Amino acid sequence: MSRRVEPTAVGELRTRATSLLATHRLAAVVPHDEGTRLRVVYVFLAGPPDDRVELEVVLDPGAPAVPSLADLSFAAGRFERAMRDGFGVEPVGHPSPRPLSRHGHWPADYHPLRRDAGPRPPLASDTTPFPFSPVEGTGVYEIPVGPVHAGLIEPGHFRFSVVGETILKMTPRLWFVQRGLEKLAEGCTPARLVELAERVSGDSAVAHGLAATLALEEALGTDPGPSTARARASLLEIERVTRHVAGLGALANDVGLSVVHARALTVVERLTRHGAELTGHRLLRGVARPGAGALRAPLDVALYREVAERVEELVGSVLANTVAVDRLDGTAVLRGDDARRLDTLGVVARASGLDLDARVEHPFAGSPRTRVGSGGDVRARFDQRHGEVRDSLEWLARVATGDEVAATPSARSDDGAGLGVVEGFRGTVVHRVTVEGGRVARWSVTDPSFLNWPALALALRDTIVPDFPVANKSFDLSYAGNDL
Amino acid sequence: MTAYALSAVQVLAVAVGGLLLKGLMAKVRARAEGRVGAPVTQPLREVVKWLGRESPRATGGTLMGVVPVVLVVTTALAAALAPLAGVGTAGAAGADALVVVFLLLTGSLALALGGLATATAFGGMGASRAMTLSALTEPALLVAVAAFAVPARSMNLASLVRHSLAHPTGVASPSHVLATVALLVVVVAETGRMPVDNPSTHLELTMVHEAMVLEYGGRDYALVSLGESMRLGLLLGLLATLAVPWGVATSDSAWALGLGLVFLGLKAGALALGVALVEVRSAKLRLFRVPELLAAGFVLAALAVVVGVVVR
Repeated sequence: MSRRVEPTAVGELRTRATSLLATHRLAAVVPHDEGTRLRVVYVFLAGPPDDRVELEVVLDPGAPAVPSLADLSFAAGRFERAMRDGFGVEPVGHPSPRPLSRHGHWPADYHPLRRDAGPRPPLASDTTPFPFSPVEGTGVYEIPVGPVHAGLIEPGHFRFSVVGETILKMTPRLWFVQRGLEKLAEGCTPARLVELAERVSGDSAVAHGLAATLALEEALGTDPGPSTARARASLLEIERVTRHVAGLGALANDVGLSVVHARALTVVERLTRHGAELTGHRLLRGVARPGAGALRAPLDVALYREVAERVEELVGSVLANTVAVDRLDGTAVLRGDDARRLDTLGVVARASGLDLDARVEHPFAGSPRTRVGSGGDVRARFDQRHGEVRDSLEWLARVATGDEVAATPSARSDDGAGLGVVEGFRGTVVHRVTVEGGRVARWSVTDPSFLNWPALALALRDTIVPDFPVANKSFDLSYAGNDL
Repeated sequence: MTAYALSAVQVLAVAVGGLLLKGLMAKVRARAEGRVGAPVTQPLREVVKWLGRESPRATGGTLMGVVPVVLVVTTALAAALAPLAGVGTAGAAGADALVVVFLLLTGSLALALGGLATATAFGGMGASRAMTLSALTEPALLVAVAAFAVPARSMNLASLVRHSLAHPTGVASPSHVLATVALLVVVVAETGRMPVDNPSTHLELTMVHEAMVLEYGGRDYALVSLGESMRLGLLLGLLATLAVPWGVATSDSAWALGLGLVFLGLKAGALALGVALVEVRSAKLRLFRVPELLAAGFVLAALAVVVGVVVR
């Protein structure tokens, strides 16, 4: 595995990006404010074999501007809007350079991630209307939902344009819970950074913690040691199984099968307690650290086999209910070509037939096989989760009974930077870290939710309003991971 | 005088009983999920608690104050008229099935208007869905009741029950059974139970009945909640009375009336238990499939009438 950094002139960026995008995907755009210069790193990933290319563009911090890549890659358009909000880098030629993370009450010239941003200025009242494209016509109306929802859901605003019960368009507005995580990381120790990473999204503590750890190991030149692969890869799969079982139960709940949900939660609790034994924390925090990673307790093969049985029962009872199956089948279809165009990641992408999995493309250790689904509807995502649970549990049982977990040699870098790529239960998590004098200079996080939210909006077209909850749950996206 | 007393007792029984039935159904779900669940009296306690609170209303939402009262009063009137515990209710002579259905429909209409009065997207959405479903349930309800009326040759609920009690074998007739099933479908739809509507969901976008009343609070909400569980109690009681009329008092003696009340409670409780047990096993229908279920209910009801007329 290697990471190639290619210093690129601003004028050549589009040409170089065009040729890279033929084989690679744009996984992150990471601006660095270094006072006298503003450096933007475009991270392109491909695999297998694992290939990581970074285009480095240096900009004038006085009037930073880059040629927009939005017409070449959908992801680029979103990264550029985030970069414009956080750093004030203008994407020249962006078709719709409206604010993404910055809500209307933030001063327009305040870019919170710039080095000299200073404390947050007083917020004005949000006078700008929510930028959604109004849909007009006889019988068309708007349903505003959120940001405060009933039940324990993170804040997000959804604007539905509806005719009758059919959704014509749904525009999500997120970033209600920005914690300024990337800013918090500046100047902190590597160990502290992993702690922060484990709090990016509470349900993905392993994936984010591990991505930060891998990035730090590359940047610091720390040797992960041969024994860490087993612990890290196992925890990642335990997290995947736990969250997917919770997700399957929640989907059952949304079609009214609350009994199945309650039973799924008991399985989740078993796994959570097992995780607490392994790591000392119910959310699986605290194991992966640069150069370290050991489990506190042995893996439990009996538990994995029992969970596998229970999951088959639960899934079986959902699929035996024709009404429930009717709710899942054909609902909120995300076509494969749309998923590809929107740079969708993870479970959602695989359920639409895309063969994308960082465990194969950017492995750090051995892992279960990848399964690719088809159909792209709620049923496909339900089946995808079910299949991945089965694969992960089989793999865990094999590892618990003594199978070796192969460790992939990790990269070393001499530029004080590192890239961590991990397949969390949602999809590919990408962290990029720059270290200066043993302290974190810059940390950038890309949760798959950031790229998958637009896919949800697209999949909802022609879905009926009362099916939104199942559709939303089948995507199972993170607000915290998106908002950072 | 006994007639008025009976009516008053029936209204009280439907009010308290409806809330208890709601609590019972919630209890069944909780147990099925492996939880202890709230006590059966929880809905009753909540209504009492909310009655002591002030009612926040939307600006210009005068209708929000009227709707709960209309809902409760119309349902109470229907409960006073219908032969639930005894046939000798006040105004029994005028207790036409059409009148009872009309009173229930007035309550539905009031709720829908109340949903619109809040001028929120959810209220309007819920009202629109409820009216769409109502347009399909009400005919089925009418025809199902008519099927029960065929043997008695009368739409008067009291004489219908009398006839049924006098001819007990009629209960096993195909027409009677078909009409009972049709009425059960109607009751499930009208009271917003699964698989038509999920009464325990927090997902605003999927709601039908709950969406209309999201904006209500305090005393207003207490009355809405009371009114809705009274509808549940009344519809289950009516179904019990029409399907299995035994126990309904035909004399004015306190003994017979008391026994009628006990039977009403037992029958409605058993029905609620049955509905709840089916409910926990069923998934919620896709909204666009609900009309198919209701159409099936209507067809069963129509079939019941035809069979009732042809097969004597």
